[in-house]
Amino acid sequence: MPPVTRGFVGRRKRDPRLPPGQYDVGDQWPVLTAEPAPNLDTARWTFRIDGLVERPAEWTWDEIRALPRERWDGDIHCVTTWTKFGMTWEGIPIDTLLEAAGPLPGARYVVAHSHTGYTTNLPLADITGGRAWLAFAAGTAPAAPAPLTREHGGPARLLVPHLYFWKSAKWVAGLRLLAEDEPGFWERNGYHDRGDPWAEQRFGGD
Amino acid sequence: METTSRRTLRWQLATVLDVHDEAPKVRTFRLALAEPATHLPGQYYVVRLTAEDGYTAQRSYSVASAPDGRAEIELTVERLDDGEVSEFLHDVVVPGDVLEVRGPVGGWFAWDGSGPALLVGGGSGQVPLVAMLRHARALGRPDLVRMVLSVRTPRGLYYGDELHGPEVHPVFTKVVPEGSTRPAGRLRLDDVAPLVRGGETAFVCGSPAFADAAAALLAEAGLPAAAIRIEQFGPTGS
Repeated sequence: MPPVTRGFVGRRKRDPRLPPGQYDVGDQWPVLTAEPAPNLDTARWTFRIDGLVERPAEWTWDEIRALPRERWDGDIHCVTTWTKFGMTWEGIPIDTLLEAAGPLPGARYVVAHSHTGYTTNLPLADITGGRAWLAFAAGTAPAAPAPLTREHGGPARLLVPHLYFWKSAKWVAGLRLLAEDEPGFWERNGYHDRGDPWAEQRFGGD
Repeated sequence: METTSRRTLRWQLATVLDVHDEAPKVRTFRLALAEPATHLPGQYYVVRLTAEDGYTAQRSYSVASAPDGRAEIELTVERLDDGEVSEFLHDVVVPGDVLEVRGPVGGWFAWDGSGPALLVGGGSGQVPLVAMLRHARALGRPDLVRMVLSVRTPRGLYYGDELHGPEVHPVFTKVVPEGSTRPAGRLRLDDVAPLVRGGETAFVCGSPAFADAAAALLAEAGLPAAAIRIEQFGPTGS
């Protein structure tokens, strides 16, 4: 246990839904980005899967919107220590999209890249098996998900809610499948390679 | 600029040397580090508080001091309503207390002093930018930085007399100082456009709403998106 800080008791009752070191941000949904939020036109928007796949695949906005959707309800965790409970999201399972591209046997990692140039890396295993989505709507239950605003990554962002939220790339443009791990933007700038909130993997070496 | 990359950031103990007010609800803590590390202006430290039952809370705070080679850093903290850590730092911590910290963190919103920089801050967003200003002055190169600070009133400027000088252009949104020719109001294009010289990196820090508006003004003033680095503080609406 870390050394006790004189006089600190902590005001909040520990909620078992909170990973270590996180706090409940309540009704707020902070916006944290390192670059200007782009205005993306859905008429020209695309999402692409390439790299170690049998057939690179690309979708337009209308094609993505025509695919069967899923709803995911749960909590999201930001490395800056806020957690937002009870969110509801809507999007296309990444499994569905990967199936169209056909990952090759050697594919073990993925780099998600955004229309802004932002990148983040993930093990392929973290975005398969029903744990990741290409999300285009979000809200706080019981309200229905509303289209993602520009500052929250709209029109579409990656949603990987079991990892810290910098992995859920805003304004996502595609996934590149790789044999070897390749650190993304924050991962090159000091953040942890995987970012599991329950293991408190915030910074490199955690 | 990968200053924290692939390096384990260990928690260390820091002794509070001094606490002083900068503005209403804004206080600077001068800390002596047990294990000194050189930071880049713009980087931050994480502060962790631990209760007797093992409960911990941690938050990140920007370094206000320039990397001056001493084993000391200054963190400036705004006391947020309902802010579990900032309330404790303001209300309880006194010189002699020991805090757990780790850092410096952040390789993106950081300026190494090697090229021109345009610093655009709103409210407490001035903290990491002041580290850059102080660094430029310490290098004898104040010409490298140009700074615009948007604050509500003259009391909203931190760091005493330091935020004067030809590099610093304060903008007041509610109350202007006597003799000011610019009326009170939000940051506008003609506040930033004359400071753009081409080839600089812009560092924008403030609330999400401020940062978004300031980034849009910089784009309008001709800065490419790739030259604009943003750090946002505090919460937004839902």
